[in-house]
Amino acid sequence: MSEILVLVEHVDGEVKKVTLELLTLARSLGTPAAVWAGPGYSGDAKAKLAEYGAEKIYVASSPDIVDYVVAPKAELLAQLVSSASPAAVLVAATAEGKEIAGRLAVKTDSGVITDAVGLGEGFVADQSIFGGGVNVHSRVTKGTPIVAVRPNSTPPSPAPAAGTEEEVSVTLSDAARAARIVDRVKQEKGARPELTEAAIVVSGGRGVGSAENFSIIEELADSLGAAVGASRAATDAGWYPHQFQVGQTGKTVSPQLYIAAGISGAIQHRAGMQTAKTIVAINKDPEAPIFELADFGVVGDLHQVVPQLTEEIKKRK
Amino acid sequence: MNIVVCVKQVPDTATERKLRSDDKTLDRDAADGVVNELDEYAVEEALKLKEAHGGEVTVLTMGPAKATETIRKALAMGADKAVHLSDDALHGSDALSTSYAMAQALRKIGFDLVILGSESTDARTGVLPAMLAERLGVPQLTLARKVEVDGSSIAIERLTDYGYDKVEASLPAVVSVVEKINEPRYPSFKGIMAAKKKPVETLGIADAEIDAAQVGLGAAWSEVVDFAAAPPRAAGTIVKDEGDGGAKLADFLASKKFI
Repeated sequence: MSEILVLVEHVDGEVKKVTLELLTLARSLGTPAAVWAGPGYSGDAKAKLAEYGAEKIYVASSPDIVDYVVAPKAELLAQLVSSASPAAVLVAATAEGKEIAGRLAVKTDSGVITDAVGLGEGFVADQSIFGGGVNVHSRVTKGTPIVAVRPNSTPPSPAPAAGTEEEVSVTLSDAARAARIVDRVKQEKGARPELTEAAIVVSGGRGVGSAENFSIIEELADSLGAAVGASRAATDAGWYPHQFQVGQTGKTVSPQLYIAAGISGAIQHRAGMQTAKTIVAINKDPEAPIFELADFGVVGDLHQVVPQLTEEIKKRK
Repeated sequence: MNIVVCVKQVPDTATERKLRSDDKTLDRDAADGVVNELDEYAVEEALKLKEAHGGEVTVLTMGPAKATETIRKALAMGADKAVHLSDDALHGSDALSTSYAMAQALRKIGFDLVILGSESTDARTGVLPAMLAERLGVPQLTLARKVEVDGSSIAIERLTDYGYDKVEASLPAVVSVVEKINEPRYPSFKGIMAAKKKPVETLGIADAEIDAAQVGLGAAWSEVVDFAAAPPRAAGTIVKDEGDGGAKLADFLASKKFI
């Protein structure tokens, strides 16, 4: 079977969950080959990638690759597309993943599909568009299919493989070294999982009422090991940082469980969370459109309901 | 500084959006066309940079005749002139074709800085700014939450999952902006009147030296195989909080094995 390249997402040397999902998906379509870009590769990383089915691991550990915006990773993948002739390239559909996919598509004269929520035979992708209103099957018709797959699209499952390493040296063009990252500023998010990757997301909206009150959303999230999200109304009001905004103009999340507290569920919000497997809503207004999506809804004051829920969860653990 | 700001007309996100049954492209007649929301931040940022550094702001849009409404809005906000890339041959262009056509138009117009919204609210691919940087061979300064220009140097804060990256480059460059980088101005009455007199140049594909074989539905690098309206979600259980709402919710979460 032909090779399927999977670009590894990693943070502080640790392989992110979405990569394990992509390897799982790649196994059903070919032979997964992981591509490690940048420093931080270790035996632990190798073990993890091999455990989830990476037959081969291309390691390009030059620090140059992460010192510049996006372009070096696209050049690395383009080089591998040319040398390994893979059947497809999979990346995570994060903002940066999609940018890498876009540049790679131009470089290799290949079609690109973004935000796939599934991928089947012939690399036909499932997409959910227009805020979840329409389901689409699409496929690449020219070049090497490049598919950006949304986190949480496939449950990761281990299937050990060889994980044969191959060092890759990449000579970056001047164009790839044009936008230099001079500093990385990490803003507090505590020990919570990343929003787009999290299996559970607890989001707060207008009904939360203030920045201070977001602590009850955070406490619920922490009791479930969840990420915290916010509606646009809440980020517009300055109650929660913008990078946690879920919706049409913010992040798109696809968790196993989405809890919307004090969020009315305007179409712009729904566009960012409608593909969640289970949706729970808490809102004072029984007419709030979020209840149309909810598998379980509580009409009530979130300031009463949420702390009680947090207590119950702690008790039952 | 010669700034080109790219804007796109998209169907209003508050209305029901559809694909056409015949060629599976966006049904532009099914919903009202509005300026892509994120592009308004791009226009505002272009105007602010012009106010600080001088120069000219040119609006570039690619789309059918109807997209002139979007051009007028950007001109009413304060842009100086516009270029409308419009040609029947462009209908159905995917991201690769669109980036190619836009890059050709940008080469023709000339630029120090290209500014776009980080994605459109209809296709939401988020790939166009990166593709343009790739095609034009200029620095990619995307997902900016802050932009600073100093002479021929440019620095941005690029939004990331963990916070932001500080990124530096030299002009010319492609910048995409995220929401909340600024507060887009509302067009004034004076601005709306002035917009009617501002020059709008229409370019066909031949004018922009665009190869017809590289654009349009027939040239696309990907295709929609089929599509269908998403089935409605099964009606859920809605309870009224009578002092035990949190406990009932916990029961539900336990039944689904989340706790």
